[in-house]
Amino acid sequence: MSATTAEKSVTAPTLRVVPGTLRGAGRMVERSILVYRRTWLIIVSGFFEPLFYLLSIRIGFGALVGDVQTPNGPVDYAVFVAPALMASSAMNGAVYDSTMNIFFKLKHARLYETVLSTPLGPSAVAVGEITWALMRGVLYSVAFLGCMAALGMVVSWWALLALPACVLIGLAFASAGMAVTTYMRGWNDFEFIPAATLPMFVLSATFYPLSSYGGLSWVVQLSPLYHGVALVRAACLGDGSWGLLGHVAVLAVMTVIGLRVASRRIGTLLLT
Amino acid sequence: MPVIAATSVHKSFGDFEAVRGVDFEVARGEFFGFLGPNGAGKSSLMRMIGCVSPTTSGELRIFDLDPGVDGAAIRARMGVVPQTDNLDQELTLLENLVMYGRYFDIPRRECRDRARELLEFVQLADRADSRVEPLSGGMKRRLTIARSLMNRPELLLLDEPTTGLDPQARHVLWERLYRLKEQGVTLALTTHYMDEAEQLCDRLVVMDRGRIVAEGTPRGLILEHSTREVLELRLSSSAPDDIAERLAGTGERVEVLPDRVLVYANDGEAALSSVHQLGIEPLASLVRRSSLEDVFLRLTGRSLVE
Amino acid sequence: MSATVIRRSTPASIRVWEAQVVTVWRAWKSSALLSMLQPLVFLGGMGFGVGALVDERAGSTAALGGLGYLAFLGPALMATTAMQTATFEASYPVMDGFKWRRAFEAMTATPVSPRDVVDGMVLWWVSRILVGVTGVALVLAVIPTTRGWGLIPAALGATLCGMVFATAMGAWASTRESEASFAAVQRFVIIPLFLFGGAFYPIDSLPSALRPVAWLTPLWHGVELTRGLTTSEISLAATLGHIAYLSALTLVGYLICRVTFHRRLTR
Ligand SMILES: Nc1ncnc2c1ncn2[C@@H]1O[C@H](COP(=O)(O)OP(=O)(O)O)[C@@H](O)[C@H]1O
Ligand SMILES: [Mg+2]
Repeated sequence: MSATTAEKSVTAPTLRVVPGTLRGAGRMVERSILVYRRTWLIIVSGFFEPLFYLLSIRIGFGALVGDVQTPNGPVDYAVFVAPALMASSAMNGAVYDSTMNIFFKLKHARLYETVLSTPLGPSAVAVGEITWALMRGVLYSVAFLGCMAALGMVVSWWALLALPACVLIGLAFASAGMAVTTYMRGWNDFEFIPAATLPMFVLSATFYPLSSYGGLSWVVQLSPLYHGVALVRAACLGDGSWGLLGHVAVLAVMTVIGLRVASRRIGTLLLT
Repeated sequence: MPVIAATSVHKSFGDFEAVRGVDFEVARGEFFGFLGPNGAGKSSLMRMIGCVSPTTSGELRIFDLDPGVDGAAIRARMGVVPQTDNLDQELTLLENLVMYGRYFDIPRRECRDRARELLEFVQLADRADSRVEPLSGGMKRRLTIARSLMNRPELLLLDEPTTGLDPQARHVLWERLYRLKEQGVTLALTTHYMDEAEQLCDRLVVMDRGRIVAEGTPRGLILEHSTREVLELRLSSSAPDDIAERLAGTGERVEVLPDRVLVYANDGEAALSSVHQLGIEPLASLVRRSSLEDVFLRLTGRSLVE
Repeated sequence: MSATVIRRSTPASIRVWEAQVVTVWRAWKSSALLSMLQPLVFLGGMGFGVGALVDERAGSTAALGGLGYLAFLGPALMATTAMQTATFEASYPVMDGFKWRRAFEAMTATPVSPRDVVDGMVLWWVSRILVGVTGVALVLAVIPTTRGWGLIPAALGATLCGMVFATAMGAWASTRESEASFAAVQRFVIIPLFLFGGAFYPIDSLPSALRPVAWLTPLWHGVELTRGLTTSEISLAATLGHIAYLSALTLVGYLICRVTFHRRLTR
């Protein structure tokens, strides 16, 4: 028995571990549900946020801007921006759940230490926490879409496809956020998270079309959120094309890398 | 087959060696103790046994399994009480136990039954639906112990279970641990209280600076490394520096500590009279039986609780 | 042994302020950087990008009182930044002082009184808000349409606006046993003010029933004040009016803090 065998327990033979991981992840979700049963009011109150944002777009910006030119013709500004806000909200929710929330449990509540003293392993923890973040994300996305429909900002039934798109966005950002969190030294480091998400929020073709960026449009395409916005907007406007698969691929790669880093790091952080 | 078998187990954190090659075996049904001061490496060892910390070198086998390979299977059969409580602050007492049981994949109904029973066992049944935060230190400790029993473990690891508790809470805990032993659970406990080790353990190892310096039963260790009685003398701070030399012939051995002088002798009262005959007038004196504290002092030259 | 008499050279509240500074000092570089970066990004994206869309539409400039969108939005960001910094600094750090680190408890076991704690926190909030607002002002000083000496009084006005939120949030936080309500305050007070308080578009766009509500909000006064002072297109009467309103609210908040802190620390 040496350091190498110990590593084996962390990264473990995949085939044998997968069913165990999923079962363990289910346990982690179970705990979250147990906790959040008491705070359902907070979750419900979260539905107001999209309403506020969409209303301000409708009554404020919409009046100032009018129509936006897209490759498929002019679109009302509110209809143009709403899907981007939906995508951003999926990102923000996932980032919050996977950073502050996870850090708290990692360092203060020492929840994962408890869990790892049972048969559950680090990958069950990572998958379980991300699954929970996604479940909440789906709830918010449904609320978002509902608000959009109520305010007359949905123009096609294809808009339902915005839901899976938001799940993918949530998955990608929750995985990446969790991976980043394992490198955080203290609460101060969390100041850097808005430093990453705010530029993405503003500069991902959220508030104006990619064409407005001119020669800088390649920079925009580096933002993972841009790919999410493109997917959700295409769904909401009903503009399907094969090119969308590229956006899906970007988010999928981000997910896989994030998950791998996160579960390996949780292992090395707690199993020393 | 021993429940735990360690052969020259080492643990390093970077350059620092916390555990420097320890060998020991814990038999089924035994109450085994690790006695040592802060920093001796007790917790590091417990975490290795708990399969949450890989050994740096050496061989460790638990239930005849390798923690590096079968960590999950071992943890499934073991209960752990870590040095600092890590209870789930967001859940109630009952939920803490139920959820912990769920991590072991025990059916929910079964979890609830066991949780109620264990809350009864640690005398917290009336607080079942309260949150963890307002509990006293002793209550939290008892809850952590109840939690560690959710999976009906064959082996229970207790890392300083009574540190920071008041004497009454300690005795309640000791009594619960006795009962577990009666039920056939193997217990491994760390402590830096010699009375605790003496009271509870069938067998123990004394640890210091990452090494095992002695092994045996509490009685056996005292017989082997100390005299039957000890005379404790408190001298005024202006006592002469050569006090050790002047006392040299008294008893079998003399230890000068910062706050007192210990004279090891099989007859303490006799030693006291010879001290008086030497013309030394202590502020206070006390004759007591030897304890594991004295064993530790003998073996390491330092006292256990600094 | 004779009792040592310590002569206090500075008010005790300075010590409380010092304690706050010490806690965040380690990270001052990143904090300073971020308080510049955020307005830069926001103004870059919203001001220039959305600005281009707004300014090319006929009639929009008139709706913004003759200002380009960047000049309209930029100064208002000082007020919104002040509000956000203030509510944060007066919520979790206050809870930290009372409950988690219990620093306030430790302080009041020394000659520091609960009132000194309040005064020290007020000093801390002023300095912290000022840092955040200065970050925005520095960015605005680079942009031709917002550059000007008016930024200095505007930054002070924004800080005053922030203090309304700091004292109110501080008072609220000092009566709470847990941080659970902070997210709700954020969601139902701060975000609506941010979105509907006149920073991003004139409140004339709001339904007429809501306009009087907006006039009552401290953020609207802060936005009007900073925007007016930056462009120097505000009457003295209006300036004094906004300042008086914001000062009055701050004073009320401060007095409530004195009561609630005292109650919490002496119970
Ligand atoms: N994760 C760690 N990283 C570095 N050093 C550690 C770590 N854990 C423990 N140590 C060091 O190892 C030594 C033994 O610690 P520990 O096993 O906790 O002793 P004990 O439980 O007997 O007090 C101490 O000097 C401690 O500082
Ligand atoms: Mg220890």
